[in-house]
Amino acid sequence: MPLSSDEASRFADLLKEHGESLTTRWTELVANGLRGRLSSTELRRQIEELRKGFEQALRAGSVHLTDEASAELRAQLSELSGHRARQGFNATETAISVYALKDAVLEVLDNGTDNGGLRDYVAFSSFVDRAALFTFDSYVQVREALIADQAEQLLELSTPVVKLWEGVVAVPLVGTLDSARAQVVMERLLQTLVDTGSPYAIIDITGVPAVDTQVAQHILKTVVAARLMGADCIISGIRPQIAQTIVALGIEFGDIATKASLADALRYVLGKTGNRSLSGKRTER
Amino acid sequence: MSGESQRLPVSTDQDVVRVRQLVRTLSVAVKLSLVDQTKLVTAASELARNTLVYGGGGEVVVARVQNERRAGIRIVFADQGPGIADLELALTDGYTTGGGLGLGLSGARRLVDEFEIDTEPGKGTTITVTKWCR
Repeated sequence: MPLSSDEASRFADLLKEHGESLTTRWTELVANGLRGRLSSTELRRQIEELRKGFEQALRAGSVHLTDEASAELRAQLSELSGHRARQGFNATETAISVYALKDAVLEVLDNGTDNGGLRDYVAFSSFVDRAALFTFDSYVQVREALIADQAEQLLELSTPVVKLWEGVVAVPLVGTLDSARAQVVMERLLQTLVDTGSPYAIIDITGVPAVDTQVAQHILKTVVAARLMGADCIISGIRPQIAQTIVALGIEFGDIATKASLADALRYVLGKTGNRSLSGKRTER
Repeated sequence: MSGESQRLPVSTDQDVVRVRQLVRTLSVAVKLSLVDQTKLVTAASELARNTLVYGGGGEVVVARVQNERRAGIRIVFADQGPGIADLELALTDGYTTGGGLGLGLSGARRLVDEFEIDTEPGKGTTITVTKWCR
């Protein structure tokens, strides 16, 4: 049930009047839940700000958390859950930071000051519930953002382009080659070809567990793009079981040179160029 | 014919990876040769991706099977998608309605020992493949 504006202002009064004891009790309750992983001064500061946030929102006549008057409070809540999420607290520990307010208020009400009774408390309680749910949502969003960031970092980590020899670059592919990674690999490779002026690129698939038609298609596209830029591609690391699977699937690599190992591919390139200096850059010097 | 079976939903690219990993684990457990493991995993990858891309998602059931002489793996790919109108055409090398190489379905058939397909336009597609130990 929503708060009436009357109730809202009564609670604002309560939060102000019993500010000190509420903050203390609230901090205690939250500290129990967090088991000392946050310093009590830090926690008290957070709780005190949150109490003020609630007070101001209710004072301004906010009856729903989605109200204009609650904008400040919402910002505080998302900041709090963002902090908790990044510090590795779980969802319960995050939500308890808000829920504990209810217990604290209940205890203050119990202590004599008859401030309206049960009806008020239930109404206020549902307001706090919504605040806690909002915290939970923000928490999940922050965690999801963290996971997306990590996935992206992993993508970056797992696709290096290395210079093997003067004029020869290599891309050792490891793991699953999905569309997103294939795109990163292609961009990296093409950029490195430009930067180093290399006429040869070796794509090594030793670390790719299964070459299906999608993986093959990504590799073929990368080779074609490199060729358009004037570079020759060699695919290496084709193990016996992969070779048999590719034949059974019916994938054709056409006139693209393929080798069993990276060493074979390098030998092939060096043989082709008669072991001369391969780089255009070097002859310019 | 017995053995445990495991069910996996297929609704994202990550699910296709999970199917591949499960098939690989079970292939190792029934002692398929390395070549057969790779063939089955690749076939599973193709068919699971078809389930996702053309069937609009579905589910995969992977089971260990046993006949009188040999152990093997049976995988069922089921979706409630649009079905395949012209099966013969769909099984032709190089034919695709998507952007792929057109080798997934026909290639997967060559990678396994038994291949059954049950499809009707508008009613979805179920593909059952089996690979036996040699």
